Amino acid sequence: MSEFVSMRSVIEASYFIAAILFIFGLKRMSSPVTARGGIIWAGAGMVVATLVTFLYPGMGNYALMMVAIFIGGVLAWVSGKKVAMTDMPQMIALYNGMGGGAAAAIAAVELLGGEDHGLVFGTLAVLGGMIGAVSFSGSLIAFAKLQGLMRSTFRFGGQQLLNILLLAATVGLAGIIVFQHGDINLIVVFFLLALILGVTMTLPIGGADMPVVISLYNALTGLAVAFEGFVLQNAAMIIAGTVVGAAGTLLTQLMATAMNRSLANVLFSRFGDEVGEASDIAGSMKPIEAPDVGVMMAFADKVLIVPGYGMAVAQAQHKVWELAQLLISRGVDVKFAIHPVAGRMPGHMNVLLAEAGVPYDIIYDQDEINAEFATADVALVIGANDVVNPAARTDPASPIYGMPILNADHAKNVIVIKRGQGVGFSGIENALFFLDQTRMLYGDGQAMASQLIQEVKSI
Amino acid sequence: MIDGFIALYIFMLAAFVGHEIIGRVPSILHTPLMSGSNFVHGIVLVGAMVALGRADTTMELVIGFIGVFLGAGNAVGGYVVTERMLEMFKSSKEKSS
Repeated sequence: MSEFVSMRSVIEASYFIAAILFIFGLKRMSSPVTARGGIIWAGAGMVVATLVTFLYPGMGNYALMMVAIFIGGVLAWVSGKKVAMTDMPQMIALYNGMGGGAAAAIAAVELLGGEDHGLVFGTLAVLGGMIGAVSFSGSLIAFAKLQGLMRSTFRFGGQQLLNILLLAATVGLAGIIVFQHGDINLIVVFFLLALILGVTMTLPIGGADMPVVISLYNALTGLAVAFEGFVLQNAAMIIAGTVVGAAGTLLTQLMATAMNRSLANVLFSRFGDEVGEASDIAGSMKPIEAPDVGVMMAFADKVLIVPGYGMAVAQAQHKVWELAQLLISRGVDVKFAIHPVAGRMPGHMNVLLAEAGVPYDIIYDQDEINAEFATADVALVIGANDVVNPAARTDPASPIYGMPILNADHAKNVIVIKRGQGVGFSGIENALFFLDQTRMLYGDGQAMASQLIQEVKSI
Repeated sequence: MIDGFIALYIFMLAAFVGHEIIGRVPSILHTPLMSGSNFVHGIVLVGAMVALGRADTTMELVIGFIGVFLGAGNAVGGYVVTERMLEMFKSSKEKSS
């Protein structure tokens, strides 16, 4: 008996240490200087918690356990190492869905066991299972959409009503399961309904809003893990799950705010549904050739570069950084201006620039850099569109009216590198392109950046 | 035993900690941080191991196995992608090239 008790203490102490490592790890991840160490701390916590769980009293099936860990771990390791930085958002969605599925599986095993957990913990088990299942199927849909496996958004009349009915049915069934222990049929139907709910909730949401949804599912998975932690009396799961649930909720709100939408708006409305007739834009787009742009930038005092997802798609970030270095060596003050939703989710562009080798201290947030556009000689817009559209400031009829934008139009000269004359992701005409000080440099982002490098070198 | 109000206290304090940690984060770190928190809930692996370890019937074994598989994927995948992203964040002083 005493051996049993001391084993329990070793396990509890290890979970305690793991929880501390998670919290300090996340804390360190919230500053670019210490971020790298943060994930290593959290990783150490995970290793400690996993190893000590093998000592858990009253367990069997160790061989199965090792096989499952091995297969899951190796698959995730290989896919995680291989994925391109541009595809990172959907990969996060996939891993998050797996976590939700694991939480649902825990709930299923506990419920099938038929043990009476009492009203409170019984309710938590069922709720955690439901949230986990929704997060699982929802994240898989999000993954499929961002990966391009599923192009269209499915919408039909009464979709909201169907979702509400599904939700009501799932919750109702959850209520019955809390009181009827171990009824296999009920439990199976319950999990099927929850999985379907995750699918129907996510299907109508458009690709541009997907990052907010992934962040929401991340928070939900955290919550599900915490709930199952209560059921299993596992402190590490409760603390880690709750911390992620709270942090994820806040992160979701920050992302939604950065996109100028409310969370409810993302989940329940359809972007572009109520688009009014945007005012016609006077003027014309004026083309320019690379040699002129090269001269303009080489002799500028200050150049601000505004990258968008289009730059990453063209794989132009390395060339753009080479160009920036060349300009810096000529004494030009070069800075990167990043809109919160540049890239596919907030901070994604920073990751893509970091991959190209751009140091984070010449990358600036919208709030830090916006005042500087007025003193910039050149604003180089490459692959960005809606985030520099001044219509967001001036045209109440525009669908993006009210969205905070980068003040590229305040610069003395604006150069826009763009494939052709078409409209952007959101299908909105960009007033910036028609301004007097704006010149369009038509072509592929990477090819144009290379050409600019040659032009600046030849001066 | 984590029970009653003790459970509620842990939940409340942990939620507060989560909120505080993210409170003043620059948006440049939103993606890595989301990925990092995604890794942290990979702790679900521990619970899935316990669930599988206690499973008896075939159905429980199958579901438990899937749970451990998914949990391991969450933990390992979350770590790998977060580490890859954060590894790239360097200041201009650290860079010689």
